Amino acid sequence: MADSSSHTIHRASDYRHWFLKGIIGAASIPGLILMSAFVGFAGLAREAGLSLAQTVFMTGIIWALPAKVVLIGAIMSGASLPAAAFAVALSSVRLAPMVVALVPELRTEKTRPWVLYLLSHFVAVTSWVLAMERLPDVPRDMRTVYYGGLGGTLVVANMGVVAVVYVLAGSLPPELSAALLLLTPIYFLTSLWSSARETASHFAMGFGLVLGPVFHVLVPGFDLLLAGLIGGGGAFLIHVMTERKVRQ
Amino acid sequence: MTFGAFDAWWWPYLFILLGGWLATDGWRFLGVYLGGKITEESPALVFVRTLATALVAAVIGNLVVFPSGALAGVPLMVRVGAAAIGFVAYLVARKNMLVGILVAEAVLLAAVYAGGFLD
Repeated sequence: MADSSSHTIHRASDYRHWFLKGIIGAASIPGLILMSAFVGFAGLAREAGLSLAQTVFMTGIIWALPAKVVLIGAIMSGASLPAAAFAVALSSVRLAPMVVALVPELRTEKTRPWVLYLLSHFVAVTSWVLAMERLPDVPRDMRTVYYGGLGGTLVVANMGVVAVVYVLAGSLPPELSAALLLLTPIYFLTSLWSSARETASHFAMGFGLVLGPVFHVLVPGFDLLLAGLIGGGGAFLIHVMTERKVRQ
Repeated sequence: MTFGAFDAWWWPYLFILLGGWLATDGWRFLGVYLGGKITEESPALVFVRTLATALVAAVIGNLVVFPSGALAGVPLMVRVGAAAIGFVAYLVARKNMLVGILVAEAVLLAAVYAGGFLD
C-alpha cells in the first residue's frame, strides 16, 4: 500500500471530483422540471391515501415516475396486487432497453457487475437523458462515479421534495391544492409528447387518454391494463401498417 | 388483495415492493444482464414504447376526468380546458415543458378564482 500511496491519493481525489460533478450536474433544467413533477406526485400520493412514509419509500424504491403514477392509479382504481404489478411491469419494460443503451457508456473492463446493477436503479427518463448527454465528456473510468453522484442526488433530493410537499399539502388552500393535483397530468401530457420517438407513440398517447376514462367506467380495476394493451397495441398496428406503406 | 385489503402496517410496503419495485428494477436488472444484446430500433421496442405511453396516458386521462381531492371540485370543462390550453402552449413554445406547465396552472387558477368553484 505504501508504495502506491501517491497513486491512490490522486485517484481518490479524482473520484471525489467526478462524484461532485455528478451531484452538481443534477442541478439542471431537466432536473428542475422533474422536481416539479415530484411536487405533483406528493400531492397525488397523499390524495390516494398513502402515508408520508409509504410515499417516500415508494419514491426511493421505484424511482421511475411513470411506474409510480401507474401504481398510484392502480391503487386508486382498486386494482388487486397482481393487476397492479402487471400494469406497472408493462409500463416499465422500456427501462430495460434504456439500461442496455447506458451500460456500454458506463463500464470499463474493470467495472464489477454489482456496481452496474446498483447504478441501474437510478435509471429513469431524466437521469438517463442527462447521462447519455454528458457521459461522453467524462473520463471513462470516472463514469460510474459520475452517474452515482448524478442519479443518487436526483433520487435523494426528490425523496426530500416529496416529504416536504406531502407535509405542506395538508395545509394548502383548496385552490392551490387543486393546482397541485393538476401538476402530474400536465407534466406527463408534455413529457410523453416530448419523449415520443415515433408517430405511433403520439397515437398511443391519444388512445390512452381516451380509453383510460372509458375503461375506468366499464371495467374498474382493469382499466389501465386494457387501455394500455388496446391503446398501445392499436398504435403499434398503425406503426406497422405505415412502415409497410413506406417500404412499398 | 387491493392496497387497502389488509390492516397490517407492512401490507402497503409489501404491495409497493411487489407491485412497484420488482416490476421496475426487474427490467433494469435485465437490462444490465443483457448488456448490448438488443438495439433501440427493433419493432418489439416500438411496441414496448407505445404500450408504456398508452398506460401512462390512461392514468393521466383518469386523473383529469376522475380526479380526487380539491381538483374534483373544479368542473370537468375547466380541468380539460386547462390541460388542453397548457398542452397547446407547450407546442407553440416549441415543446417547452415549463411553459406548458405554467400556462395550464395559470388557466386553472384563474378559472377557479373567477368562478369561485372551491369557495
